[in-house]
Amino acid sequence: MMLSKGLKRKREEERETETLAGDAWWLDPSLPAAAQAPPATASSSLFDLSVLKLHHSLRQGEPDLRHLVLVVNTLRRIQASMAPAPTLPPVPSPPAAPCVADSLLASSDAALSASMASLLEDLSHIEGLSQAPQPLVDEGPPGRPVGGSPPSLGALDLLGPATGCLLDDELEGLFEDIDTSMYDSELWAPASEGLKPGPEDGPGKEEALELDEAELDYLLDVLVGTQALERPPGPGR
Amino acid sequence: MYFVLRRKSALQVKIQWGPMCIYFPPTVGAGGGNDIQWCFSQVKGAVDDDVAEGASGIRFLTWKWGAVHTSEADIISTVEFNHSGELLATGDKGGRVVIFQQEQENKIQSHSRGEYNVYSTFQSHEPEFDYLKSLEIEEKINKIRWLPQKNAAQFLLSTNDKTIKLWKISERDKRPEGYNLKEEDGRYRDPTTVTTLRVPVFRPMDLMVEASPRRIFANAHTYHINSISINSDYETYLSADDLRINLWHLEITDRSFNIVDIKPANMEELTEVITAAEFHPNSCNTFVYSSSKGTIRLCDMRASALCDRHSKLFEEPEDPSNRSFFSEIISSISDVKFSHSGRYMMTRDYLSVKIWDLNMENRPVETYQVHEYLRSKLCSLYENDCIFDKFECCWNGSDSVVMTGSYNNFFRMFDRNTKRDITLEASRENNKPRTVLKPRKVCASGKRKKDEISVDSLDFNKKILHTAWHPKENIIAVATTNNLYIFQDKVN
Repeated sequence: MMLSKGLKRKREEERETETLAGDAWWLDPSLPAAAQAPPATASSSLFDLSVLKLHHSLRQGEPDLRHLVLVVNTLRRIQASMAPAPTLPPVPSPPAAPCVADSLLASSDAALSASMASLLEDLSHIEGLSQAPQPLVDEGPPGRPVGGSPPSLGALDLLGPATGCLLDDELEGLFEDIDTSMYDSELWAPASEGLKPGPEDGPGKEEALELDEAELDYLLDVLVGTQALERPPGPGR
Repeated sequence: MYFVLRRKSALQVKIQWGPMCIYFPPTVGAGGGNDIQWCFSQVKGAVDDDVAEGASGIRFLTWKWGAVHTSEADIISTVEFNHSGELLATGDKGGRVVIFQQEQENKIQSHSRGEYNVYSTFQSHEPEFDYLKSLEIEEKINKIRWLPQKNAAQFLLSTNDKTIKLWKISERDKRPEGYNLKEEDGRYRDPTTVTTLRVPVFRPMDLMVEASPRRIFANAHTYHINSISINSDYETYLSADDLRINLWHLEITDRSFNIVDIKPANMEELTEVITAAEFHPNSCNTFVYSSSKGTIRLCDMRASALCDRHSKLFEEPEDPSNRSFFSEIISSISDVKFSHSGRYMMTRDYLSVKIWDLNMENRPVETYQVHEYLRSKLCSLYENDCIFDKFECCWNGSDSVVMTGSYNNFFRMFDRNTKRDITLEASRENNKPRTVLKPRKVCASGKRKKDEISVDSLDFNKKILHTAWHPKENIIAVATTNNLYIFQDKVN
């Protein structure tokens, strides 16, 4: 996979050559480990890695729940430790419907998972976490209880605004063409039903994409929109 | 504070107060006291599978020495001795169960205990397809648990991700002969040709071991079953998946009671899963379950039908100096086992083994580091997913020694009395019977001594996840990826 970002490749190579010997390379042995926080780049590459793991996990027919929960919790820790960027305005959180990944946990539904995974495959090549994630602001519609603490993060909440990616203009058309009726089908619809299957191999190094915030909102609406299903339409749609 | 003074040997005194103890003078050197010398005994590996049809169509597998062929279906996924130790069961990824039987001790060859040879092999679980979810259900055997023997037959429970089965293993060493109603080939004779009534008699035959499924406990688990545990009442058992624990009666397959349910109303609030569960060995109302967050909950079934509220919560506070992004993952408990006495329980997390006194919830009474040298490698182990490996642990028969596996086909034993530990390797290099195993040592950093292995040369694909200890003797079964090693202590 061609990478236009030399910086990314260099980090990858660094990570590869690290092996087990140079794991906590930032640690100064003379100082206690606890006092030395890893630098931002270490956190962000760990974040990348965790997001890839999450993708891979979600792509399984029936994700290993323990693995998924541990990766999500680790992602939360990493995200919590990454310093917020001061410049960008806070991103409004997605509408009140539960985040799709949460619904993945909720239903453990293979078909939904597969369609989700393929959609994620299409558009989310996450890269460039030099721009740190935004803290989620709870700006749901009125009536939604607004607690003191931010809403608990679903797996995709972490993927969404946190990546701070911007969509290329040419990929706009991709979203307009998405036929959401495929998500209106009954939840058991097998993955083979016209959905573009994701590659079966493990988390590959995926290309960078950049989403601006409006596109991101639209995208999240599309994804979350799959949750607004009540009854499926009759056969022969 | 009061002291207990015990003379451990002519040369050593043990001073104990509460859970702490010291030895005076301290135990040094390798030769003192009651050291066990572990010797290689046997190795079993699926190599050339000679499949022979028995008289009634039962398939036998004979095992040959020397590992050549490796197939994923042969990956051993569970190992368990029965209550007498005479039988040793293994389950594999292909859904097969292989039972080994210890041969009777040879009075002449008293320098070693009986060998384990294949006793029975059967296909316990087959791959299934869940049509509703378009998912294949793996046939891999996650756990085997033996029932105590009540009659001539043996019974065990085996489980994959979704279905538990009760198997009866019985011997047949005689058969009725002398029927005069059938021909030699089994066809019924013309009744008009039969002029005498002959009662068949039992005559000896070659031993045949049959395994038959007696109960199938299905459709009770939405998530993947990780544990089964038979109650001390020998009538009920529990099965645990990621979010729920069910109670079954061994005779009843169409119903089970849900006794623990940690599934949140909103799955987005899910932060913790159940990783293991076990019944107390003596109290039939008590069980424990461990979680991915490093907690153990002890529940009393008498308190309420749904044991969502624990009676006791065992959790050790996090050591702030060791905090990292991976703190939760490495605290996730992969196995929990009660001691035979029922007084203690042992938990295994990624880096350590902890012994808990059931009367003390706020910290373990003993902690043993399995491979502390991996703590600085957690990032890489996260990357290659090794940090998610689930190691099991086991007690010896007298609860004095505990054992668990590690990487590079190493396994570790910790003597709770002497506080000494040993690292051994399961490898075919030492496969002469009665070869004493040489202790291994991993060099964490700095200058590597001769015979030490540096952390960077450890093979993380060679992991020992499953080990078992004979309930009465010093015989251990250690499973590498697809070989089963049996070690015994040196009998003088």
